[in-house]
Amino acid sequence: MDFKSSETITGPRAEDHLPHTAQAAVKIVIVGGFGVGKTTMVGAVSEIKPLTTEETMTQAGIGIDDNYGSETKTATTVAMDFGRISITERLVLYLFGTPGQERFWFLWNGLFEGALGAVVLIDTRRLEVSFDVIGRLEERGVPFVVAMNTFPDAPSYPIEDLRAALDLSEDIPIVQCDARRRASSRDVLMTLMHFLYSLTMSQAHT
Amino acid sequence: MTPPQRRRRYPKEEFTEPPRERPPQEGEEDGEEEDPKNPGRLYLLTGGGEAGERADLDLVTLIVARADAPTPTTQPEQSALLRLCQAPLSVAELSAYLNLPFSVVTVLLTELLAAELVQARAPIVRSALPDRSLLEAVMHGLQKL
Repeated sequence: MDFKSSETITGPRAEDHLPHTAQAAVKIVIVGGFGVGKTTMVGAVSEIKPLTTEETMTQAGIGIDDNYGSETKTATTVAMDFGRISITERLVLYLFGTPGQERFWFLWNGLFEGALGAVVLIDTRRLEVSFDVIGRLEERGVPFVVAMNTFPDAPSYPIEDLRAALDLSEDIPIVQCDARRRASSRDVLMTLMHFLYSLTMSQAHT
Repeated sequence: MTPPQRRRRYPKEEFTEPPRERPPQEGEEDGEEEDPKNPGRLYLLTGGGEAGERADLDLVTLIVARADAPTPTTQPEQSALLRLCQAPLSVAELSAYLNLPFSVVTVLLTELLAAELVQARAPIVRSALPDRSLLEAVMHGLQKL
């Protein structure tokens, strides 16, 4: 395993392999500003130690900014941390947390496409860093819930003030969480799933 | 205390928004985001496979080596891929373990798929109307965490 002299490949530990019965996977994306706790949340619920995948945007950006891509010779690397939760023997859930450089996530073709939904993690000390993300999710029609990661020294706003500040409609859930805690992060994901379920049910009736 | 107020973006703004990053300025071809230990890596791993011929792989497409896959005499990267996916792994995990960008892994996998050395298990994607039983399964699985 030494095809690169300077690094060796560290494969998955035996317990990090998926069973051969694993047939399909779904994904949820956790978005938010830098340092808001996305990787913490991924790590809190993941059954594997969070891993990092990356993409170089010179090629992947093609298709969205086609006419511009030819001028942009600089390769920008976007890295994402992700974790995994085995749902059943056949179904696996992947959670992607997207650090920094918000605008580039949306050039990563296939990151949001096909995702069940997204969690927008916010820090009330820097609420404005999430504005752009929320706008882009709305434009793309990606269903999302908002989770306020509670930092000890962060201002605490009533949920309805936050809803008004973020300009979110009544139906979009806003919850508090402690991204370090597994149960709390799990509850955020559960909130998203209930929200998706209600969307499905309401669509089924129209 | 009043939180800052988000101003809603309207689709029309999309056209006036500067696309991606500003063009590279003179003397800064190396993006600041580049890993300083590993600047300007070049990926010239693939022999065949012209641009646009990549298999339609998602980050969460599960890849598994075919049981009867012969020991390939292909590139070492592809051998490493085959070793890694003796049991199913997502493309994202393969990218992480190999320390290669997602698009590079998809090129390598495209060749392995064409040679029928690996199998791809397609992800379940969100459709206009997500499957209720799928959502229920995920909720049930999360409950057990």
